[in-house]
Amino acid sequence: MAKTKIEYTVGRTGEMGMDARPAQGPIAPVELEEPAFDADSMLINVGPQHPATHGVLRLLLELDGETVTRCTPHIGYLHSSFEKLGEYRDWNQIVPLTDRMDYLAPLIYNCAYVMAVEKLGGIEVTERCKVVRVICMELDRIFGHLLWLGTWAIDVGAFTPFLYAFQQREKIYQLHESYTGARITTSATRVGGMLADLPEGWAEGVREFVNGLQKTLDEVDALLTTNGIHVGRTQNVGVIGAEDAINSGFTGPNLRASGVPYDVRKDNPYYDYETYDFEVPIGEYGDCYDRYLVRMEEMRQSSRILHQALDRLPGGPINVDDPRVILPSKTDCMNDMESMIHHFKLVMEGVKIPEGDCYFPVEGSKGELGMYIVSDGGSKPVRWRIRPPSFVNLSVISKLVEGGLLADVIMVNASLDIVLGEIDR
Amino acid sequence: MTDRADESFDAVERGPEGAVESSASGAARVPGADERHPSVDALRERFPGALLRSEVQAGDQHVVFIEPDRNVEVLKWLRDEPDHRYNLLVDVTAVDYGGSRPIQLVYQLWSIPNRMGLRLKCELPLSKLEIDSVVPLWDTANWLEREVYDLFGVQFRGHPDPRRILMPEFYAEGHPLRKDFPLRGRFSRAEQTRRALTQDPEDYYPPTDFGPGRSPQVAREQAGSLLEQRPDRELPTNEERTETAPEDERGGAEK
Repeated sequence: MAKTKIEYTVGRTGEMGMDARPAQGPIAPVELEEPAFDADSMLINVGPQHPATHGVLRLLLELDGETVTRCTPHIGYLHSSFEKLGEYRDWNQIVPLTDRMDYLAPLIYNCAYVMAVEKLGGIEVTERCKVVRVICMELDRIFGHLLWLGTWAIDVGAFTPFLYAFQQREKIYQLHESYTGARITTSATRVGGMLADLPEGWAEGVREFVNGLQKTLDEVDALLTTNGIHVGRTQNVGVIGAEDAINSGFTGPNLRASGVPYDVRKDNPYYDYETYDFEVPIGEYGDCYDRYLVRMEEMRQSSRILHQALDRLPGGPINVDDPRVILPSKTDCMNDMESMIHHFKLVMEGVKIPEGDCYFPVEGSKGELGMYIVSDGGSKPVRWRIRPPSFVNLSVISKLVEGGLLADVIMVNASLDIVLGEIDR
Repeated sequence: MTDRADESFDAVERGPEGAVESSASGAARVPGADERHPSVDALRERFPGALLRSEVQAGDQHVVFIEPDRNVEVLKWLRDEPDHRYNLLVDVTAVDYGGSRPIQLVYQLWSIPNRMGLRLKCELPLSKLEIDSVVPLWDTANWLEREVYDLFGVQFRGHPDPRRILMPEFYAEGHPLRKDFPLRGRFSRAEQTRRALTQDPEDYYPPTDFGPGRSPQVAREQAGSLLEQRPDRELPTNEERTETAPEDERGGAEK
C-alpha cells in the first residue's frame, strides 16, 4: 500500500508570541498508509455531535453499500488535560477533577483516586470508611449501568426502558445530593476518609432504592431480553472472542461478555471484596447481546453487595485519626494550639505523600480503572495517570464494526459503554 | 511547647511514612516487599543483560527496569512463557520527572491466569526518545502508544498509525505532558487566540480522511469550490421534486 508523508512543523519562532520558548524541534514526519478507496465506496461522518455516539466521538466510516469497510475513530474533542492540571494541584485538590472524567459513575473515580494515594502513603482508612466506599462504588456501578441501559434501549429503538432507567437514576442523584451536596460532581472523598459522615437516614435511603430497583430491572428484562427486535439487532453483532478481547485490552463487562471471568474485585481484591458474597457473570459468545446480559446481571449482583455492605456498616469514625492527612475539627482548631498548627500546615501545604509510584486498579463500571500516581515526596504529584477503561475499550471499535452493517455500528458503540469525558480526559 | 508537640509537627511536616506491606488479601497472590516476585527472579535469570534493576514500590508493587532496546523481546517472553502468562497489557504510559532526567516509559502488566501484576519501566534519554512499538504483541498498545507519543513525544518504531490522538492533528505547541511544557501552553495567549480565530475547520480533517494522495489543502480547495457553487444553486421546490426525481427513477427501472 502506498505511503504518504506528512510533515509537521513545530516551533517556527516567527509565529510565536513574546513569552514562548521554542518547542522541542520538529516532530518527525510520519508516514501513513493511504486508505484504499475505490469508486464504489462512500465516506460518511458520524459525529462528533451525534446523539448515538454518546458524546463527542467522531467516527469516519467508509461504506460499501451498507457494509462498513473501514472505521476510523477520532477522539480528543473533550480533552481537558486533567493529568496536566493534576500536576499543579495538591493531593486533595485533584479529587474534583476525577469525577469530571466519568460523570456517569463519579463516586467510583473519587474513591479509586484516593485509594491509590492512600496506598502510596501507607494510610489505612477506618473500617466504616471502607464499607461506605464500597457502598458508594456499588451504588455508582448501578448508576453507570442504568445510564447505559437507558441509552442502549434508545439506540435499539425502545423508549420505555430509558424512562424506567432514568426514574431509578434520579433516586441515585438524590442520594448523591443528600450526601455530597452535588448530583453529578460529587467530590466525596478525601485522602484518609470522606468529606463527611453519612447523613441521617442515608443508608436506609440506599436500601429503599435497591429494593425498588429490582422491580425496574425485572420490567426492563421483560421488555428487552426476549424481545425479537432487540435480539435480532444485538445477537451475533460485534463479536469478539476471549483471546482477542484480552489482547485488545478489554476489561470489565465487555471482557466478561467474551467469557473471561476477570474482575478486579475478585482477582485483586481491595476493601474486603473477597468477604462479600457475589457472583461474576460471564457471557458465552462475546456479542452485543451478551454484553447486555452481563451488565443486567451485574446490577443485580451490585444490589446483593449493597445489601451486605449496609448490613455490616460499622460505627466509629469515618476519617483516620491522623493529623498528617485529615483536618482537625473546627472546635479543636479554635481551642487547641497544636490542632491549629496542624490545620494551618494542612491547609497551606497540603498532604505530603512519600516518594515512589503506585498503580491501584479498581473495578469501575466501564472496566478496570487504574490510578497510577508518582510522587517525589511533596504535596503535589509528579505524575497522575488514569488508566482509562473506556479509552482502551473504544480502541477496538474499528475491529468490531468493520465488515458489519452501518446500523450495527450504533449497537456496537452502545454496547461498549463509553464515556467521552474519560476517553479524552 | 513540649517535645511531644515538636515531634508531632515534624511528623506533619514529613507527611505519612509510606506504604507498608499490605495485609494478606484474598485470592490475589501479590508478593510482599520481602517476598520474592517469581517473574522478577525468572527475568533476572533469563535476561541478565536486559534487566537493569528492580525495586518494590508502595509496599508490594514490583517494578523492573529493562533495557529499552530489548523491550519487545522481554515483554513477548513474559506474555508467552507458560509460568508467567502476563496476557493483559493494562497500561502503557510515561513519566517525565523534569530537570532533563530521562523519561520513563511504564508498562503495567497483569496475568489473568496467575493473578499477578508486574510493572516494567524503560528509561529513555531526552536525546533519544525512541523505542520499539509493542503493537505486534498487544492491540491494546495501539492507542496507548499514540497517547504517549502525543503527550510526551516518544517515537514508537514500527507503530502502524503514529498520529496524535488527543491533541489536534496540527497542534504546533509540542507535547503537553512534558515538564518543560507550561500549563497554559507554549504560545502566548494572544497567539493562541489569533490561531483559534484564524483556524480553518478543515484542519481537523487529516489527509487520510480524504483519500489517497490528497493533502488537506487540495481537499480544502475542492471543498471550497463546492462551497462557492452552493449559493448559486436553488433548492428545488416541492413541485419540481415530484415532477423530476421520481420520473428519473421510474425511467431507470423500466430500462
